[in-house]
Amino acid sequence: MFKITKEVLSADEVTTEVSKGGNGGICTFVGIVRNNADGKKVLHLEYDAYPAMAEKKLAEIASEINAKWGLSDVAIVHRIGKLEIGEAAVVIAVGAPHRKEAFAACSYVIDRIKEFVPIWKKEFFEDGEVWVEESLGH
Amino acid sequence: MLVTVKFFASYREIVGKPAIEVELEDGATVAALIANLVEQYPDFPDDPSSAAVNAEYIDTDLTLSPGDEVAFFPPFSGG
Repeated sequence: MFKITKEVLSADEVTTEVSKGGNGGICTFVGIVRNNADGKKVLHLEYDAYPAMAEKKLAEIASEINAKWGLSDVAIVHRIGKLEIGEAAVVIAVGAPHRKEAFAACSYVIDRIKEFVPIWKKEFFEDGEVWVEESLGH
Repeated sequence: MLVTVKFFASYREIVGKPAIEVELEDGATVAALIANLVEQYPDFPDDPSSAAVNAEYIDTDLTLSPGDEVAFFPPFSGG
């Protein structure tokens, strides 16, 4: 499952995707909308994406996971549109026979999304709005 | 030849629309398309952070073909 969607995300649904008999560990990462950016109050976010290409790149990240760790149970869903504080923007689930690979691969996925997948976020403040354009930060 | 150009995030706001069609000379490169865009939209960057043709990352020396879908990207900030 590699999906860009306007729908509210369900961490359970994404986790279930990688719940297979041989997997002793699933690492699920949920990225949520923070109420501040470097201490400045954020009202809400808006995410934009190039959906067809982004979904293809998410699938390529899963291929990288397969090459690096031999894992094939990866599910990634990223939400776009307007998101409120506390809502999930991205859910990543990686299933593995053992926990170490699950943690490592899950961390790898979120890093790769930030540098490799055409998705952008805009922060809305009380006094304005700004597209975040620092792909390798945070 | 005619190509479709897509814009995202801050680039979309500079251009004021999500997509346009651009008429180019046959054999034009992505770099030539960028020069065309900068002429039409003076605030459009002459060195976009990255670009894709038909949903694959490319270098700006790539020669375009009629009907290509070109996309220009500011730095990503997903996650």
